[in-house]
Amino acid sequence: MPKDAGIGASSKRREDIRFLTGTGNYTDDINIRGQAYVHFLRSDVAHGKLTSVDTSAAQGMPGVLRVFTGDDFADVGGLPCGWQVTDRHGQPMQEPAHPVLARGKVRHVGDPIAAVVAETREQARDAAEAIEVEIEDLPAVVDMKAALADGATKVHDDLTSNLCYDWGFVEENREAVDEAIKSAAHVTTLELVNNRLVANPMEPRVAVGDFNRATGDSTLYTTSQNPHVIRLLMGAFVLGIPEHKLRVVAPDVGGGFGSKIYHYAEEAFCTFAAKALNRPVKWTSTRSEAFMSDAHGRDHVTKIELALDADNNFTALRTETYANMGAYLSTFAPSIPTWLHGTLMAGNYKTPLIYVNVKAVFTNTVPVDAYRGAGRPEATFQLERVIDKAARELGVDPIELRRQNFVTEFPYATPVAVEYDTGDYNATMDKLLEMVDLSGFEARLAESKKNGKLRGLGVNCYIEACGIAPSNLVGQLGARAGLYESATVRVNATGGITVMTGSHSHGQGHETSFAQVIADMIGIDESMVEVEHGDTANTPMGMGTYGSRSLAVGGSAMVRATEKIISKARKIAAHLLEASEADIELKDGQFSVAGTDKSVAWGDVTLAAYVPHNYPLEDLEPGLEETAFYDPANFTYPAGAYACEVEVDPETGKVTIDRFAAADDFGNVVNPMIVEGQVHGGLAQGIGQALLENCAYDEDGQLLSASYMDYAMPRADDVPFYQVDHSCQTPCTHNPLGVKGCGEAGAIGSPPAVVNAVVDALQRDGRDITHIDMPLTPSRVWTAMSQG
Amino acid sequence: MPQVSMTVNGKPASGEIEGRTLLVEFLRDNLGLTGTHVGCDTSQCGACVVHVDGQAVKACAMFAAEAEGAEVLTIEGVAAEDGTLDPVQQAFQDHHGLQCGFCTPGMVMSAKALLAENPTPTEAEIRDYLEGNICRCTGYHNIVKAIMAASGQDVSGIAAE
Repeated sequence: MPKDAGIGASSKRREDIRFLTGTGNYTDDINIRGQAYVHFLRSDVAHGKLTSVDTSAAQGMPGVLRVFTGDDFADVGGLPCGWQVTDRHGQPMQEPAHPVLARGKVRHVGDPIAAVVAETREQARDAAEAIEVEIEDLPAVVDMKAALADGATKVHDDLTSNLCYDWGFVEENREAVDEAIKSAAHVTTLELVNNRLVANPMEPRVAVGDFNRATGDSTLYTTSQNPHVIRLLMGAFVLGIPEHKLRVVAPDVGGGFGSKIYHYAEEAFCTFAAKALNRPVKWTSTRSEAFMSDAHGRDHVTKIELALDADNNFTALRTETYANMGAYLSTFAPSIPTWLHGTLMAGNYKTPLIYVNVKAVFTNTVPVDAYRGAGRPEATFQLERVIDKAARELGVDPIELRRQNFVTEFPYATPVAVEYDTGDYNATMDKLLEMVDLSGFEARLAESKKNGKLRGLGVNCYIEACGIAPSNLVGQLGARAGLYESATVRVNATGGITVMTGSHSHGQGHETSFAQVIADMIGIDESMVEVEHGDTANTPMGMGTYGSRSLAVGGSAMVRATEKIISKARKIAAHLLEASEADIELKDGQFSVAGTDKSVAWGDVTLAAYVPHNYPLEDLEPGLEETAFYDPANFTYPAGAYACEVEVDPETGKVTIDRFAAADDFGNVVNPMIVEGQVHGGLAQGIGQALLENCAYDEDGQLLSASYMDYAMPRADDVPFYQVDHSCQTPCTHNPLGVKGCGEAGAIGSPPAVVNAVVDALQRDGRDITHIDMPLTPSRVWTAMSQG
Repeated sequence: MPQVSMTVNGKPASGEIEGRTLLVEFLRDNLGLTGTHVGCDTSQCGACVVHVDGQAVKACAMFAAEAEGAEVLTIEGVAAEDGTLDPVQQAFQDHHGLQCGFCTPGMVMSAKALLAENPTPTEAEIRDYLEGNICRCTGYHNIVKAIMAASGQDVSGIAAE
């Protein structure tokens, strides 16, 4: 039976009321008295020497307060990178400077050259047009392999080449993997592209800087998934403001999907300019600016080889990937193609030998960083595509080939450094097959044929590492930050609770689901718990929300803090009841003495804590407020099996998703309604990657897809109703809620299902087509069909 | 600067504008009605949909001056005076038809316009009508479901739940 409250209940979201009535408080809704506006003049060429930036005409335009250029930031730090990768030879990656405003050179279309601050947005925009910029064009570095060729133009003149790092993992396995592939009964090889995407949260980025001259305090309102991280990075590395003089507020944030993790130049600019001008300074990104300044995602070019023995057991896996970093290193960019990608190459399978090589490359394109899934979709796509191809080459059922190689015993230590705590991959596959009505496929195929359409079925599995992350482990891997999470639980005198979490909600519904957890632990109504997040002034230092970590890490911190609250409240109750603490039981918000009818209510205990007239003051402090920091012992490993059924129109190449089913194991689930919504959204993004979305540059580094006229976002008529299930639950063994995280699964698991389905449809039609690169647009499918 | 006057959510509203001021800018900047959002520059995303004289309009694709004398309804004017949600708003909450909430005002305004002209739309009709409203969070599943539910259709059989 579904529960109607607490953990496991589909409680309706309380945050919906403000969003549905237009009373949310997004960053662009914040306007501070006296605020000025900034417009950034951005490079319209991919690569060039900045020979002159003449701002004199602009400076005299109506309403202009000041025009800033790179020289104004000469004494300010550049944007820092938060992760240092060590290459195959033990050397640190090449790490270029990343100035707030370009100096000397521009390195991608959209690189900010100058910033005009004026009384109105329009005046700032008008004045920016009067800035005279002279750029001496340099050859644009766009293609990754060409970027690494001898004599290639360098994106950064002070680096030795365009190679950021050449990473090998696990380097000690390299020769054994080569040997196993050489001696294998069968090797399947696949070369593929994981297309560059743009996260595209519907709310464009916004920053409002404010400065109080009387106190010397700076405040930044920004569209961020992790305000404390921005405070630390911007304060310590860019502007030199200590945390106690810098407040960062990320209020209602309209989606992130990774792109709002990073510290961006515009945030530092608005904070800096507010102080320089003693005026609040606001920047609101346009959508086309977002396309050329938000960090992009994916953009891998990969060759993968899977070796099998004569019985079709996987014996070795070898990959070589070129990963695009763009022109500068975004905050967490180096970690994505390495630790969030290489460590997932075992997938759901017991392949004993794995070697992953990644060459990260600088190009004259927008920086690339995490986008929903971040490394794990890239790992899943290549692995699940090569397994599908192997099954077809060997003439075996792709589902059975997967099952035969599943990891079935847990914990399982992979050859790529991670240990899966729990899972049951056969259970999710069984559930999936139950959902998709496999027995009806032939009839549906016949019906499609009758209508002149092709039909195909694609199935795949996925695993991801979430609950990011054990700090000591990621520290060894190059992270320059800890990845714990925090919570303060403040119980008020009359029993209501305010929770301050370091996690951040930008669509995930934490205000509802986090309250469910605490209410359930104490046995009080959910309405008695309020969740606050997003303001460094009133929340403990937290690392924010990404990597499907909020409930697994932030929720665990909240549980730990609540346990401390309950422990103290139990002592107070024992005093009030004149009983031994060991005999006190908490149930439904009542503390009672075991085996008696003596009890005190939650509210009596909380009141006693703040009105300590009858209170054990010699043993306990008054008050009831606790903070906990939780650092996870391991990652969590959500996994599942996905199936997609497509129709292909052979006349046009258009692919239509007929049905999509997802069977996920997220461990325990707090709010099933929210979890299903997270999966739906991930599926649409994965289907978008597979069929529609592509961030395209031409050979001169011009961004061809810089608006919704050119970048194909999934729309309502591109996707079906999805079948989703999360009833297979193997709870995480190392966090107190047994949860694994659900935010990225849909985007990780769905692209290979779609491509496998299209290849299946084409092969059933007798065509010798083994792969088409995403997105599978009508043009690409039609072209492949006309050649295959 | 020219002056513009219109009725917004049943109340008279006027202000000084530039000729190039868009309706969405007038609503947000002059009137402080920040529920109407701007998500793109090309009239593609639909986060800014409002009703002008009963018609769904993208407020980023209309000058404020063009709304002179018009009756404008924004998301702030949809719920009852006492805060009771309109059936479309209520269905969006009941069926989890929103996550980050940024596209939601436009979605609700579009859904209301659809139901005004087609009281019981099919799934396909809803998906087709929402072609000009982009949501990045929900995958549209629960939006379509919420609109079907708001129109009084039984949605209990839609996918696993």
